[in-house]
Amino acid sequence: MKAESQKRTLQAQKATVYAVLTVFSIVYLLPLAWMISTSLKSDAQSVVSPPVWIPNPVLWDNFYKAYAYNADKLGFVPFLVYARNSMLLVILTVAGAVLSNSIVAYSFARMRWPGRDLIFNLTLATMMIPFPVLMVPTFALYRDFGWIGTFRPLYVAAFFGGAFNIFLLRQFFKGIPMELSEAAKIDGCSEWQTFYQVILPLAKPALAVVALFTLMGTWNDFLGPLIYLQNQQQFTLSLGLQQYQSQAGGTSFNLLMAASTLVIAPIIVLFFFTQKLFIQGIAATGLKG
Amino acid sequence: MTNGKKREAAYGILFASPWLVGFSVFLIYPIVRSLYYSFCDYSVLKTPIFTGLDNYTKLFSDEVFWQSLGNTLYFAFISVPLGTLASLGLAMLLNSKVRGQAWYRTIFFLPSLIPAVPIAMLGLWLFNGEHGIINHLLRSMHVFDILGMKEPNWLGDPIFAKPVLVMMAIWAGGNAMVIYLAGLQEVPKQLYEASDLDGASPWQKTRNVTLPLLSPIILFNVIMAIIGSLQYFTQAYVMFPGGSPARSTYFYTMYLFDNAFTFQKMGYACAMGWILFLIILVLTLGAFKLSQSRVHYEGG
Repeated sequence: MKAESQKRTLQAQKATVYAVLTVFSIVYLLPLAWMISTSLKSDAQSVVSPPVWIPNPVLWDNFYKAYAYNADKLGFVPFLVYARNSMLLVILTVAGAVLSNSIVAYSFARMRWPGRDLIFNLTLATMMIPFPVLMVPTFALYRDFGWIGTFRPLYVAAFFGGAFNIFLLRQFFKGIPMELSEAAKIDGCSEWQTFYQVILPLAKPALAVVALFTLMGTWNDFLGPLIYLQNQQQFTLSLGLQQYQSQAGGTSFNLLMAASTLVIAPIIVLFFFTQKLFIQGIAATGLKG
Repeated sequence: MTNGKKREAAYGILFASPWLVGFSVFLIYPIVRSLYYSFCDYSVLKTPIFTGLDNYTKLFSDEVFWQSLGNTLYFAFISVPLGTLASLGLAMLLNSKVRGQAWYRTIFFLPSLIPAVPIAMLGLWLFNGEHGIINHLLRSMHVFDILGMKEPNWLGDPIFAKPVLVMMAIWAGGNAMVIYLAGLQEVPKQLYEASDLDGASPWQKTRNVTLPLLSPIILFNVIMAIIGSLQYFTQAYVMFPGGSPARSTYFYTMYLFDNAFTFQKMGYACAMGWILFLIILVLTLGAFKLSQSRVHYEGG
């Protein structure tokens, strides 16, 4: 009898868990569903009361309108130009971050040189400094370089490494047995060959995480482009979307949602292809950090 | 040093050289400059004039400074505990042997992938007072009748604007949930089996097994959340230009940004930056101190 009632409580617990998860799933998905629904509606239908969830007619044309918005006036298709700029910056920052952080982290993890630990500890300490402290002096620095109004403030620093990525990769490199490097040296590998041909190939998953996080960071960045870019032809998608909203106002939410969907879609697609890496990467930052 | 060691040291420094340059030029130099500017009257157009503690004393009597600090602390003290509760709760539910765990995890994680600007756009639309789906839904469920309140104009009412931002932040907080879930999966199964034998209730298991083992991760996530929320900027900047309504969404970093780039008071902005740094330092150390007796580290 006791086993029977225990089983029943267990079943009740299970049912509660599923019920709560389902309710939260609906709450979490609702905004996205509403965004997509709105992006396919006519002006009139997007503000009708009570609201309709299924657009009728389905206006795929909205995506084209959002894409080509203001193109006549500007003389270029803003969305295309913004997307190109965002992509260019993603390529540059990802390349810079992967190249620089891998070799620097390798040096911190697997080579001995005077001052290494001091500099590494200082590097960790500076992670405590929030970006607002650096906002003005970094701007002044780039201004001295004559870089304001160019892409350079948004990607050059990536080629010189970043504290967080160095930390992440160093942990990974430290986990690879030192014997491997010693064996490579005995076989006549130079320092560079040991790094490039022996150790680096083993670090591919960690490098992929660095690449992915850098990509996300650049694609999502708003404050950087807001500070440094002046010419509309240089805007990134995030900055362009904000401009779009402040120009179009609240008048056409269907187009605004269509434009937002276009900005979000590449990230979602990327996520579904790299899901495992994403989840493991995030988990690793929390568990090892 | 032997020749081999010298060689290794030379190569080590060579390999680290990108960061040695990057660290000095893009980090140490700006930090030093920022500290100096914070004691100067400085706009980017003219040379800095040393004014001692002027910026700091002015800040303390600056009403907008206090208001933006208040807004920011309000946001942090509401969003961090609620966000922790939400992400930890969802992670625990997901960890309890549910079918379709990967699907649920994806659903709860998805919003955190969305860039800040589209999130802000979505917020403007969801919480639109007239046509927003939130008010439509609440109306159809008679929530306003039951509570006996008027339909809130979420975006135009100083009382509701900040809660809107808090809700959006919690919705997009899936990163922490993923970290908690990974931590939960590392808790040894035997511990639960042993407490089952002792007849422990789910609550007792949570209280005495799960939470202590998860405590270092909770501390990490809470500290990251505090640091992040004190620098909160983009969503508010995009959704509420100038911190409208009635500066209720004018956050610390927005005021700092405006001082730097709108009012050209760059020394003042630097001083604000350093005060923020001190606040982060105090809160982080406070979190460590408070947690000292409660956080359990494996193997001491």
